Amino acid sequence: MTEAAVPLPVLRPPGPLARRLAALWQHAWPVLLVVAIGLLAWYAGAVALNAPQVSERLDGIGDPWGLPELAQGAWAMERPVLPAPHQVALNWWASVFETEITSPRSLVHHAGVTLTATLLGFALGMALGVTLAIGVVHNAVLDRALLPWIIASQTIPILAIAPMVVVVLGSLGYPPLVSKAVISMYLCFFPVAIGMVKGLRSPDPLQRDLMRTYSASGAQTLWKLRLPAALPFLFASAKVAIATSLVGAIVGELPTGAQAGLGARLLSGSYFGQTIQIWSALFMAALLGVALVAAVGLVERLTMRFMGGRA
Amino acid sequence: MNLAMLLALLTALWFALSWLARLPPGRGREWLAPALFGAGVIGLWEFVVVAWDVPSILLPAPSAVAAALGARWHVLWPDFLQTATGVLAGYLVGCGSGFAVALAADRFGLLKRGLLPLANLAGAVPIVGIAPIMVMWFGFDWQSKAAVAAVVTFFPMLVNTLAGLATVDAMHRDLMRTYAAGHTATLAKLRLPGALPFIFNALKINSTLALIAAIVAEFFGSPIVGLGFRISAEVARMNVDIVWAAITIAALAGSAFYGLVAVLERSLTFWHPSFRK
Amino acid sequence: MIQERAEHLSPAAADPQDAVVAKGLSLVFQTADTPVTALSDVNLTISRGEFVSFIGPSGCGKTTLMRVIADLERPTSGSMLVNGVSAEDARLARAYGYVFQAAALYPWRNVLKNVMLPLEIIGVPAPARRERALKQLALVGLDGFERKYPWQLSGGMQQRVSIARALALEPALLLMDEPFGALDEITRDHLNEQLLRLWERTGKTVVFVTHSISEAVFLANRIVVMSPRPGRIVEIIDNPIPGPRKLDVRDSPEFAAVAHRVREALRAGHSYD
Repeated sequence: MTEAAVPLPVLRPPGPLARRLAALWQHAWPVLLVVAIGLLAWYAGAVALNAPQVSERLDGIGDPWGLPELAQGAWAMERPVLPAPHQVALNWWASVFETEITSPRSLVHHAGVTLTATLLGFALGMALGVTLAIGVVHNAVLDRALLPWIIASQTIPILAIAPMVVVVLGSLGYPPLVSKAVISMYLCFFPVAIGMVKGLRSPDPLQRDLMRTYSASGAQTLWKLRLPAALPFLFASAKVAIATSLVGAIVGELPTGAQAGLGARLLSGSYFGQTIQIWSALFMAALLGVALVAAVGLVERLTMRFMGGRA
Repeated sequence: MNLAMLLALLTALWFALSWLARLPPGRGREWLAPALFGAGVIGLWEFVVVAWDVPSILLPAPSAVAAALGARWHVLWPDFLQTATGVLAGYLVGCGSGFAVALAADRFGLLKRGLLPLANLAGAVPIVGIAPIMVMWFGFDWQSKAAVAAVVTFFPMLVNTLAGLATVDAMHRDLMRTYAAGHTATLAKLRLPGALPFIFNALKINSTLALIAAIVAEFFGSPIVGLGFRISAEVARMNVDIVWAAITIAALAGSAFYGLVAVLERSLTFWHPSFRK
Repeated sequence: MIQERAEHLSPAAADPQDAVVAKGLSLVFQTADTPVTALSDVNLTISRGEFVSFIGPSGCGKTTLMRVIADLERPTSGSMLVNGVSAEDARLARAYGYVFQAAALYPWRNVLKNVMLPLEIIGVPAPARRERALKQLALVGLDGFERKYPWQLSGGMQQRVSIARALALEPALLLMDEPFGALDEITRDHLNEQLLRLWERTGKTVVFVTHSISEAVFLANRIVVMSPRPGRIVEIIDNPIPGPRKLDVRDSPEFAAVAHRVREALRAGHSYD
């Protein structure tokens, strides 16, 4: 051949970004597969569960019908037994992006109400939990007398008290936000307290002895040794606590038939048989929960990096 | 006058507790301090309510709650049975299926990689919110409450069982390879016993979660029985002492359930370092 | 059933007297940065009934070589025959007992049940299991301890249970990976002596990995000196000290001479660099 040689393309090894994306795909595709199968099962389930009502309607119309008509009808009902995924998605989209935030039909508005109570309860619960933990670790009386009760309180279904709290605080004139925050606080102080106790006690006895050789005061040991050592435990508990706080806020909206909040939305949806509304609100609550836990995780990563810990 | 007495009682309680706290542990002595603390709280509660004439709407006296428990027992007992049926059925179904799916996911790595991230995500989701949907599907009776409890308990069981199965030492796995032991033998003799502490962790958490799930589900709709129903109905009627009585029963049931699982745990995982001091 | 399979596969070339035959064995690990040559062109023959020790610093491949014998690692090139068949077939035939650096006992089983574990796996019926397990426990001097739990025993006793467990299937070959490394010297000496007596009584082939020169010289009748980077055999030293050896032999001049030879071989392999 007398043509000039065509230079072969130089094959470079994949760069760091490409490697990261490839690794991400490796982790993601089984999850996506499971989600896809789940969606298929959901669509099939919608046909199965809505079939009785749809077939009744189709029989009433009189024209011959088969599976395609059944499926089409099942996925487009107004009050389905099981709404199709796209119905939920459309309703959610409409309630979030196509409704005025101030309107009582806006999911953003309801989510905001629940979110405020969640965050307030979370903050109070963290404060209470950390204070109790520091007290338990430093005071023998609290350790022996109170800690068993803190542990026992976990076995009590706190949410049974929710209606009580709402009614009592309501009759005292406090706004519903306060009663929801109190319920959330009571729910989430426990994992924080227990986690912090474990964390504050986690340093090696060797480290504590070292502090004693420095004649460090209790406060110094707390600030310089115990609290930094307790941070990983604190963040692990915080993730549990914020999810629990969300549950508390939602349940706090149930007893007195509150008008605003995701729990209220669930309740009204169930009273009026608005299935799609229920699913939409539930999806919003799920999104909120995941976002909150992710936010705590982000704070954790930033703090750990700031403190020089391994990510 | 009342204030002075209150302060005196508090001081006495504090001194008694300090003395008890300094006792060396052993022979059940570690229960004295918390027991006194609990009794002290109830006693002070009674004193405060009586001395300051606190309206029962706000906070009934422990004696009033006990009286209501006794007087309305014929109503509260069926309530308890109703809720308990939902709780136990849901707990068994949820933990059982969580365990089974964990074994399957352990066997088939692809299932594990797809399911585990989703199961971890589910921990952030307020699953009790599915209660109205379950009521719609399963009706008002205990089955819908069991359904909620089952879904709530499924994920912690799945996550914890998988975590327990994953903790096995490389050395132990090599040992099984030297015996040419198959997957089932390795599972039965090494990995499942080793996973028991994790499984019991989930069983304990789930005992509380199942009870909460059933009670909250009853807030959404119930026939005229159930602890959750009783609480929400009587709250609306301001019959506060019955509400507190129902709450007390729920609290006792929750602790008893948890305690039972803990006792079972102690007998089956006595070998774990956390149990040997 | 598996025994039949192993026998039918024995190639004609292998000498039935040889417990382990390694030819041109190499193992390269692919790590994140660079490939690591754990073993490079290893040639070794171990006859039945020998007590062979692998000695060398960390990274010389002694544990890797033993894991290849046990079919816990696969070589990248070369061949390994155990009892005349491939390492995998030998493992499936349960031809060896393996003792790890740590006792690796199950904390939820008492001593007797721990020793019975391999017997359960191969399906030996209950009464026979008990009897065989008790026999092995007596062999390591732990009769009377059957009902104890591992955490109730000292480190040395736990390792003895581990050895009894390795002997439970009565294999012809015993593979031991620094079994006494985590113990204090006094316990170690005691266990070394016990191990030697056990070997004399049972006539098994023993491959013993160690990084202690005195342990290797005391126990083995052939010492395989290995060196790192890449992992390879530097020298194989025949131990002239006659058996049965007692602990005091370690103070004799013959012992010092052999230990010196081992040290020289290690130095030649740049183990001290």
